[in-house]
Amino acid sequence: MSLEGKTALVTGATRGIGKAIALALAKQGAEVVGTATSTEGAASITDSFHAAGAKGYGIVMNVADPESIEVGLKAITDKSGAPLILVNNAGITRDNLLMRLKDDDWASVLETNLSSVYRTSKAVLRGMAKARWGRVINVSSVVASMGNPGQANYCAAKAGVEGFTRSLAKEMSNRGITANCVAPGFIDTDMTKKLDDRQREAMLEIIPAGRLGQPEEVAALVAFLASDIAGYVTGETIHVNGGMYMG
Amino acid sequence: MSTVEERVKKIVCEQLGVKESEVQNSSSFVEDLGADSLDTVELVMALEEEFETEIPDEEAEKLASVQNAIDYIVAHT
Repeated sequence: MSLEGKTALVTGATRGIGKAIALALAKQGAEVVGTATSTEGAASITDSFHAAGAKGYGIVMNVADPESIEVGLKAITDKSGAPLILVNNAGITRDNLLMRLKDDDWASVLETNLSSVYRTSKAVLRGMAKARWGRVINVSSVVASMGNPGQANYCAAKAGVEGFTRSLAKEMSNRGITANCVAPGFIDTDMTKKLDDRQREAMLEIIPAGRLGQPEEVAALVAFLASDIAGYVTGETIHVNGGMYMG
Repeated sequence: MSTVEERVKKIVCEQLGVKESEVQNSSSFVEDLGADSLDTVELVMALEEEFETEIPDEEAEKLASVQNAIDYIVAHT
């Protein structure tokens, strides 16, 4: 599964699933560029690569800002070559019941979780098309399929990402470029630490595995999808959720 | 130094995987040379790089034949 000689871009790589993905790809030999929204975040990504003895570095990129993506991608391409692996992981939540959801909460979640995927994907396709090889892997969520009260914005964005991915797969697969989603369930990250004990109990009751998933368990699937051997898997959404939802 | 015509034809051959003998000035990318929609997008990208120019989308759509591409490049570079 060697990714030696390839540059990978992982958005939202400071912590949680994104960090685990960045390290997993680096372990396979890719040079990994992880994005953060702050210089401290970018520095911590660089540090975590050093600590793991892996090739890669962090950069500041705001995926909700088209200009920031353009500047960031130019810097990456100049330094490391065009990314042939893109992992759209950056995401935010602004939870509220629909009746109370603010326009801002709707717009910012759609912008950061869905429109960003459109922008970064479009920006890397030229390099991938030239190389006749590319991997776009989008991190969705189990709630895109299941729905979740209080997350109409997040569920809409993630379901949008899955539809986007299928179209991209149909457009580009004859160029050796695959596009897939991984849909994590309840993973042990800062995003799920926000839940209170009662919510946590309720979640565990519907997970046959009886435990939370670890970020590394999602990252392992992403590393597989990024590899050469996964070249015939495209347009798929693969769930990693301990049996919580089986499609 | 090759002419614009030669350079355009070379790129068309590379991008569409056709032989030089098949490429006439009057050849339509789609009808004569078998390009699909993605091929034509990539062809325009390759022309942009070769001639260091930006071809706006509305202009790119009009480039249907080899001659169209040559004329555009001659007029804009």
